[in-house]
Amino acid sequence: MANKKKKNLPPAAQRYQEFQKHREIKRPLLKNCVKAFFVGGFICFIGQVISTMYIYFFNFTEQTAGNPTVATLIFITMFLTGFGVYDHIGQFAGAGSTIPVTGFGNSVISAAIEHRSEGLILGVGGNMFKLAGPVIVYGVFSAFVIALIKTILTQWGGL
Amino acid sequence: MLKGHRTWIFEQQPVIISTGTVGGPFEANGRIPEAFDILHDDMWLKQSSFEKAQRTLMEEACQVAVKNSLIQKEQVQFFISGDLINQITPSNFAAKTLDVPYFGLFSACATSMESLALAAFIINGNGADYILSGTASHNAATEKQFRYPTEYGGQKPPTAQWTVTGAGCALVAKNGVGPKVTSATIGKVVDMGVTDPFNMGAAMAPAAVDTIEAHLQEMDVDASYYDLIITGDLGQIGQEVSLDMLQKKNINITEETYKDCGLTIYREDQPVFSGASGTASSAVATYGHYLQMLREKQLTRILVVATGALHSPLSVRQNDSIPCIAHAVSIEAGSDSS
Repeated sequence: MANKKKKNLPPAAQRYQEFQKHREIKRPLLKNCVKAFFVGGFICFIGQVISTMYIYFFNFTEQTAGNPTVATLIFITMFLTGFGVYDHIGQFAGAGSTIPVTGFGNSVISAAIEHRSEGLILGVGGNMFKLAGPVIVYGVFSAFVIALIKTILTQWGGL
Repeated sequence: MLKGHRTWIFEQQPVIISTGTVGGPFEANGRIPEAFDILHDDMWLKQSSFEKAQRTLMEEACQVAVKNSLIQKEQVQFFISGDLINQITPSNFAAKTLDVPYFGLFSACATSMESLALAAFIINGNGADYILSGTASHNAATEKQFRYPTEYGGQKPPTAQWTVTGAGCALVAKNGVGPKVTSATIGKVVDMGVTDPFNMGAAMAPAAVDTIEAHLQEMDVDASYYDLIITGDLGQIGQEVSLDMLQKKNINITEETYKDCGLTIYREDQPVFSGASGTASSAVATYGHYLQMLREKQLTRILVVATGALHSPLSVRQNDSIPCIAHAVSIEAGSDSS
């Protein structure tokens, strides 16, 4: 798509884009991946500790410990976001702190804080899922598609 | 007087008799804290929203500029201002507080020099005796409008820039002591098809080059005529790209005489990525730092080229490119400045 768009540009603009591309500071991809791997892994490790704790101390099973674990992680994220720490973790870790459920929590909470000045209903309520909305929409949609495929395979596929 | 196609020469040489600059906590830790008349240690400035804080920044800069001069606020005939927030409301409210006839502008980060050029033009044509010209930006208010919520943990690329929290205001007068505004070149919108809003330096560089080239050509001077040519907020990438482009066009300009306000305000160890941006970037660096150098006679003649990216979050999402503009104003040290 990017190439197609470029072809529609006048030649001077195409030449300029070639010219400036060499000067652009590239994202340190490998470094970012390593950082994301370790920070993301560390968040999962904390999640695992919390989950084990719920199973060990509170009579949860491996199947049911998921929900309170997610809630606890999001609760911690709420504090980290509110105290202005999570955005610094995000800048450092990139996908490492965006992909886990804490990243989802951060996107909801940060939007809620940001739009507080516009009121509780239209401000907080209307904008809270501004960033998380796409995750919910496409999360639910892909779950539906997968469920459909699974149903077709088990019902008619004879699996 | 119009010279060439888009350059004004101000024969009456309007004078910047005083300036007012205000900054936030991040700017206080920067490279040029002495350039600010007021520094706040709180991003909120005791207001209930960042937009209101920006309004306060603008109001304070105007008040300081008037206070630093020998005139009363009632003598100011016009206020020319603009900013980055929707419908330039912080400027509108500041104009309400000032209670002065008002021109509202939008040229994104080029607003500072657009307003100075217009102020000088009006005074040169005997349209006024005193005009306040200035602009403000607020980091969090701009982030909210153009990017993500302040506390959102998204990772920014190294090409991103940091919006200045601050305001800069100049009081331009027909007579007085101070640096003189001698000419201005109005920019064209230049669009080289750059679509990445996290790389605005590269998007704006061609606009800066176009205006600088036009200015030098129409004024019929060499780049060495100016002690410094100062761009608004090109940042590291935009500055390198534009310097290369200027040198390719055989314009006699070197790294030493080509400065960028975006690289002036912050220290290198501050996490500002490619440099500062925002309407206040060129305003605070020019009015607070470079004008002081003119007053102290460290410099005699500068050309300030404020660059602006004229996109909106909507136009970016609809896959439009980023149209850019640059306005240039030349300022010279006053002959009898103290």
